[in-house]
Amino acid sequence: MVSLGNFIEVLSGGLLAGVLYSLVALGFVLIFKASGVFNFAQGAMVLLAGLALVRSLDFFVAKGIPFAVAVACALLFASLVMAMTAWIVERFMLGPLVNQDGLILFMSTIGATFIIEGAAQLIFGSDVYPLKLYPTDAWFALEGVFPGGILVNKLDVWGGLIAGILVTVLAIFFQHTKTGRALRAVADDHAAAQSVGIPISWIWFVVWLVAGLVALAAATVWGTKLGVQFSITFLALKALPVLIIGGLTSVPGAIVGGLIVGAGEKLAEAYLGPLIGGGIEYWFAFVLALAVLLVRPQGVFGERIIERI
Amino acid sequence: MRAVVDKSNGKSGTIAPGEVLLAVEHVALSFGGVKAIRDVSFDIRKGEIRAIIGPNGAGKTSMLNVINGFYHPQTGVITYKGEARQRMRPYIAATQGIARTFQNVALFKGMSTLDNIMAGRTLKMNNSLLSQAVYWGSALKQEKEHREVVEKIIDFLEIQAIRKTPVGKLPYGLQKRVELGRALATEPELLLLDEPMAGMNLEEKQDMSRFIIDINQQLGTTMALIEHDMGVVMDLSDRIAVLEYGQLIADGTPDEVQNNQKVIDAYLGVPR
Repeated sequence: MVSLGNFIEVLSGGLLAGVLYSLVALGFVLIFKASGVFNFAQGAMVLLAGLALVRSLDFFVAKGIPFAVAVACALLFASLVMAMTAWIVERFMLGPLVNQDGLILFMSTIGATFIIEGAAQLIFGSDVYPLKLYPTDAWFALEGVFPGGILVNKLDVWGGLIAGILVTVLAIFFQHTKTGRALRAVADDHAAAQSVGIPISWIWFVVWLVAGLVALAAATVWGTKLGVQFSITFLALKALPVLIIGGLTSVPGAIVGGLIVGAGEKLAEAYLGPLIGGGIEYWFAFVLALAVLLVRPQGVFGERIIERI
Repeated sequence: MRAVVDKSNGKSGTIAPGEVLLAVEHVALSFGGVKAIRDVSFDIRKGEIRAIIGPNGAGKTSMLNVINGFYHPQTGVITYKGEARQRMRPYIAATQGIARTFQNVALFKGMSTLDNIMAGRTLKMNNSLLSQAVYWGSALKQEKEHREVVEKIIDFLEIQAIRKTPVGKLPYGLQKRVELGRALATEPELLLLDEPMAGMNLEEKQDMSRFIIDINQQLGTTMALIEHDMGVVMDLSDRIAVLEYGQLIADGTPDEVQNNQKVIDAYLGVPR
């Protein structure tokens, strides 16, 4: 059972599955980095983005529009929905709470979760909607080297590709642009940011817009994998250990955290499972996160906590 | 309540040196039952260094917060560049050329010195979000231009060595200097300094005084300054406003203020 080919297959499957967790975790990191708020509503935003995408796609296809054009239109529509959500969140929730404590903002995102979940299903429906944007068939790599080859899911490869592009773009955006700097500035100190003329409401709109678009990217992949349905919001729970391991403030950390969780849980299932009983996949990530919390509370890639006393 | 008279002559835009740049008239501010400022009027003339002094709790910082819009006074009018208004907003204040530093340094702690000062350039950069998202075109070009301006400020404040250091790690004196740099990066017309020398040693105070004088003389920046070190205040400022218990008790040149009996009483106490 323990052959090299088998090991590589489990590992690569785990790594690629991990990237999909990273996609969800990325949305959390963005908002936390930029506004110092832990956004409980990120899972709900993935659901909203997915529903807006799949329902408008079905609508356009039913109209007889060619599939590729319909996908483009649906993506545009879903982006607009996320932009509108960002605007509403800023206008009615965060705007009135400027200069408030992080905990208060966190509580307000819990409220937003229920409103977004409810509104999304009210408007777009609450069934399971299949989405097929990426090929989902298996692909056997390196057949010449290992007998039977290594089984890779094509969808997972797409997920990895999308995550890679997102991370590169976001990293540059955060480090080297006016808005990126302003985002970090707002996260550090509202009053100081205002004093140099950073428009906080615009910044918050941008943050939630970007998080919304990342949620949309996650929704395309997860929607294809599971179908767009309510249970997609529970992805947020799977993203938590990813965040703790990678660090709440690090974009690359979200990716590496995802890889560690994905590979860890698949390997544990395959090699520890037979010894201590199956089902490890469901809790392994949380145990891993706990261990990281004990050793390095800011996460592997998190910013060092600087405090002068 | 006294009726508020609008003394602005409707003239806006450029203000000649020596003319009134900002005036607060009959401003009162209270938090619940606490009256932080009671009917205070004074002005700041273009090009001067204006000190606001007074014992702890006199309402000095509240006054700065009113001027740049963090607090909204219940009564009174603020006239800035000939335009009268009941309340400022921090963002509007910044766009109109009012910059400030804070009593307890308010820097972006996780960011480097360079990024902190670059953040001060936000209003001067006008590239589109799209250009920034692809990091191409105007965004890239402006990054370079503004980086040059920021380097000049860094040279001026002699903080070249800490360019890349996260400011949270810097000693207090240097943090104050970076904060001044960030305010300067906005190219302010009116610079509000809230205790720029608090917690500094003699040498650091001398450096900071030198920067303040240079900024005032070379750039022509008008300044309002809160400071407890009387030696510094008397040396630096053109005119001094003295607050006690939220009221203006004296206003004039350093000599006048020094010899004012009310000021002496406020600082030394009077036998009752």
